[in-house]
Amino acid sequence: MKPIALLGRTVLGMLAAIGRIALFAGRAIGHLVRPPFYGREFLSALLNIGWLSLPVVGLTAVFTGGALALQIYAGGSRFNAEAVVPQIVAVGMVRELGPVLVGLMIAARVTSSIAAEIATMKVTEQIDALVTLSTHPMKYLTVPRVLAATLVVPLLVGVGDIIGIFGGYAVATGTLGFNPAAYIRNTVNFLEPLDVISSLTKGAVFGFAAATMGCFHGMNSGRGAMGVGRATKSAVEGAAVLILAANFVLTGVFFSL
Amino acid sequence: MTQSMIRMENIHKSFGTNHVLRGLDLEIARGSSMVIIGGSGTGKSIALKCILGLVQQDSGTITVDGKDASSGDRDAFLARFGMLFQGAALFDSLPVWQNVAFRLLRGSLKRPKEEARQIAIDKLRRVGLRADVADRFPAELSGGMQKRVGLARAIAAEPEIIFFDEPTTGLDPIMSGVINDLIREIVVEMGATAMTITHDMTSVRAIADNISMLHDGVIQWTGPVADMDHSGNAYLDQFIQGRAEGPIEAVR
Repeated sequence: MKPIALLGRTVLGMLAAIGRIALFAGRAIGHLVRPPFYGREFLSALLNIGWLSLPVVGLTAVFTGGALALQIYAGGSRFNAEAVVPQIVAVGMVRELGPVLVGLMIAARVTSSIAAEIATMKVTEQIDALVTLSTHPMKYLTVPRVLAATLVVPLLVGVGDIIGIFGGYAVATGTLGFNPAAYIRNTVNFLEPLDVISSLTKGAVFGFAAATMGCFHGMNSGRGAMGVGRATKSAVEGAAVLILAANFVLTGVFFSL
Repeated sequence: MTQSMIRMENIHKSFGTNHVLRGLDLEIARGSSMVIIGGSGTGKSIALKCILGLVQQDSGTITVDGKDASSGDRDAFLARFGMLFQGAALFDSLPVWQNVAFRLLRGSLKRPKEEARQIAIDKLRRVGLRADVADRFPAELSGGMQKRVGLARAIAAEPEIIFFDEPTTGLDPIMSGVINDLIREIVVEMGATAMTITHDMTSVRAIADNISMLHDGVIQWTGPVADMDHSGNAYLDQFIQGRAEGPIEAVR
């Protein structure tokens, strides 16, 4: 009986957590359309999430694109299909690897930072101080970060897609003997608008998920250094799982169209 | 008859099986300085947070200036309060002057940036800090300076009611004396109603007009600070004298 009870408690706990996160996300969206708006905090979040994430996104994408080209070339050569490297790198980066890797990098870099910052604010009573200063923590802390991530992560995904394709191009033309002009032509001709739309849509959803998880776990942090550590860990885990699950659902939705 | 500014009636608050407040009654007269004393974990901070709405009481009523604290315009309600937190609770990402002028840079009390900065510098001077502190960040300040900045922030918008949560905790005796004197001067000068939570008896004697002793979730004794030493209340006597023997269990 005990294992069944344990399983039941675990499932109920997970459902309750999903419910709390959904309610939190709903409240964040509700505050998004009601003043006051904190423009300075939004711009600061935009800079931190977007501009300052560019190096890690660029490096991740360029190495992944290069490795992808090598793998496709090696795999394709088993059945004389080496020529498909440009097309598969393009579709692989744009449809799948670009958004997912950027999403996971954002979860690692931004979700952790948001969760740790807000959790520290909570344990040092800075959130209570905000309330006593007539400032709603949801509007001041959550809304600017969630909005900025939702708007800027698609741009990061777009940049990641381009840099990833460039990584594949550099490896293919530099070491595998591909013609540069033909590589670019094949890439451009093969990609369809839906590929790009799905990539950017995934970016927006992943950005929303990453920032929401960071804010949720930060706001609900326990006490002390351990509370901050747990909140940060849970935020990154939750964001990563949510991003991968959303990727599966969105891929199913877009490519069953 | 002195008019009451804050009245708490039969306040109960529990966290799971931990019954922190068990029918607390408290009244603070307008323009007076009330100090709540009691051991750690007796619910002093919870009582204060219930007034501000940071914690919702399970039952009981709180009125501020005769009006129910849980109804009406929340921003207008909070605009009447200033609060100095135990750890100062300064915003790390903002320079000192923006911490002090936080309320004056946004919301209903918003002022032009230069005016807000000037007010912040004036308030910093009032708490004994030089103008050059204004552009530093909280992490660059000592604990005592952070408390002073927190005090400047609490008084920046000239509130009618000021709360001080353990204002001298973690400070050396000299800095504690400075903070106590500042609190007393500012409260008198502004004519504000003050509520202070502390277990530092030096602070009590420096700040209080009246004191209330909180233990077991209720007020065990309340009265003027002058009557404190001959109250005849066993809880208060044990607390003031710092004895392990008495009705308050040393191990809680």
